[in-house]
Amino acid sequence: MAKRLDIKDLNLFYGKFHAVENVSLAVPPKNVTAFIGPSGCGKSTVLRSLNRMHEVAPGARVEGKVLLDGEDIYASTVDPVEVRRTIGMVFQRPNPFPTMSIRDNVVAGLRLAGVKDKKKLDEVAERSLRGANLWNEVKDRLDKPGGGLSGGQQQRLCIARAIAVQPDLLLMDEPCSALDPISTLAIEDLITELKKEYTIVIVTHNMQQAARVSDQTAFFNLLGVGQPGQLIEVDDTEKIFSNPGQKATEDYISGRFG
Amino acid sequence: MSTNLADPTRLATPPTFQSVSVSRRIKNGLATGLVWGAFLVAVIPLVWVLYTVLERGFPVILDGDWWQKSLSGLLARQEGGGAYHAIYGTLVQGLVCAVISVPIGIMIAIYLVEYGGRSKLAKSTTFMVDILTGVPSIVAALFIYTVWITYAGLGRSAFAVSLALVLLMVPVVVRTTEEMLKIVPDELREASYALGIPKWKTIVKIVIPTALSGILTGIMLALARVMGETAPVLVLAAYAPYINYNLFDGPMASLPLMMVNERNNPTQAGYERLWGAAITLVLIITLFNLLATVISRTLAPKTK
Repeated sequence: MAKRLDIKDLNLFYGKFHAVENVSLAVPPKNVTAFIGPSGCGKSTVLRSLNRMHEVAPGARVEGKVLLDGEDIYASTVDPVEVRRTIGMVFQRPNPFPTMSIRDNVVAGLRLAGVKDKKKLDEVAERSLRGANLWNEVKDRLDKPGGGLSGGQQQRLCIARAIAVQPDLLLMDEPCSALDPISTLAIEDLITELKKEYTIVIVTHNMQQAARVSDQTAFFNLLGVGQPGQLIEVDDTEKIFSNPGQKATEDYISGRFG
Repeated sequence: MSTNLADPTRLATPPTFQSVSVSRRIKNGLATGLVWGAFLVAVIPLVWVLYTVLERGFPVILDGDWWQKSLSGLLARQEGGGAYHAIYGTLVQGLVCAVISVPIGIMIAIYLVEYGGRSKLAKSTTFMVDILTGVPSIVAALFIYTVWITYAGLGRSAFAVSLALVLLMVPVVVRTTEEMLKIVPDELREASYALGIPKWKTIVKIVIPTALSGILTGIMLALARVMGETAPVLVLAAYAPYINYNLFDGPMASLPLMMVNERNNPTQAGYERLWGAAITLVLIITLFNLLATVISRTLAPKTK
């Protein structure tokens, strides 16, 4: 299931604006990679380019290669819909589908792809909710709307929804930024669990979170306003937080920037 | 030691808080008076209209015949008969209009919100819809008269009325659907794309269901609006005191047309039919509005 990801010379644009410059990075399978860096440095943009969500924005453009087990997801023959089916994503704010029950939310990806077998859908729903550590909390109200859950539960519901389609890679865009510390802890535990089966890339503003959950950390920075964001360095999380190779990284991590 | 501690009402410094000044009280009174005045000006005619219609029309519609019979074979001064023919006409003309307008309107709105973006075609479509919104019903009716009757040589009929109503209903459906689709958060679209669901399926299965209650409410209100239109029925359909089920041929009554017709009838029977038709129209429209509320309540996304 879990695949490796290689980013090669990635340049991202919004119209004429060069948002991110020359990113090259390797993510080994069954590994958590954290993207850290100040706001506006392009880490979310890079993340969104990894499942071709970047191009959803009007005028957005991509140059370079993103290889999933050696296969370029930006090759002209590749259908972006297929890419997104293979690479799941969890967003900053929990966004369950408001018209659907908890169960339907989890299996939305399969059902809308045409899977009709009710028994199979129920199995997937249970397995995914268990995988997202939510099963025990919702098993008695699977037919209730997903919007009635708490923020933390909704976010775990969204994670369940993302893993229900069994992606090869899971992208998380600040998944805990709208959550309280207890829910955050629940999600972090979950990420550690998911690592056994999935390759995960997570964007976070919380440095402790990066230190707690990730195996390797990539630090992005912005040289100035209007300049493209850059990947400053990427290394084992332990090394980045104890002995970073670049001064900019050290300044950012220790709270001295600029 | 300060004396303030002993007697808290005696302050060493002037107080921070003062009572409301006279000028502010006057302005407040003036504004309150204006708001109440505006409220009364708006409500009095409304209550008056409702009272008049109810008082004159209510006794007429209590008769069971009113809902089941037409005026076929009755003389103008003869009491009795009913408005079934006109109720049928109003409902069927409105329904045919809705069947044509709703898909067109919804598809235009989907194009504008989901696909058009800031393209020239989208901008000009919005502009056209705005113009169409402002077209008076008599102009719509005369346009259909020109195209359907003068050029195409087809006769006046209920269907021609429906076509004119379509011109009036489409822009309303486009507008309300557009607004409803716009308030569906982009996060839901992104969540759907991220699951590998194609764009068209995202629109059909995620975006529209989320906005459905608002869209249907808008449709119901638009329908209620066009069913009361008088110009199209006057221009495009002749009045018939009997029931005509044929949409494409022959005169067909409708409630506004029946009212126009009975207004020229100076007898007591005419007076009763006029007000009976009026209250029936008001009731049907109220019913549609209520239906809109019920639909929006039952279909709105729930959290419990």
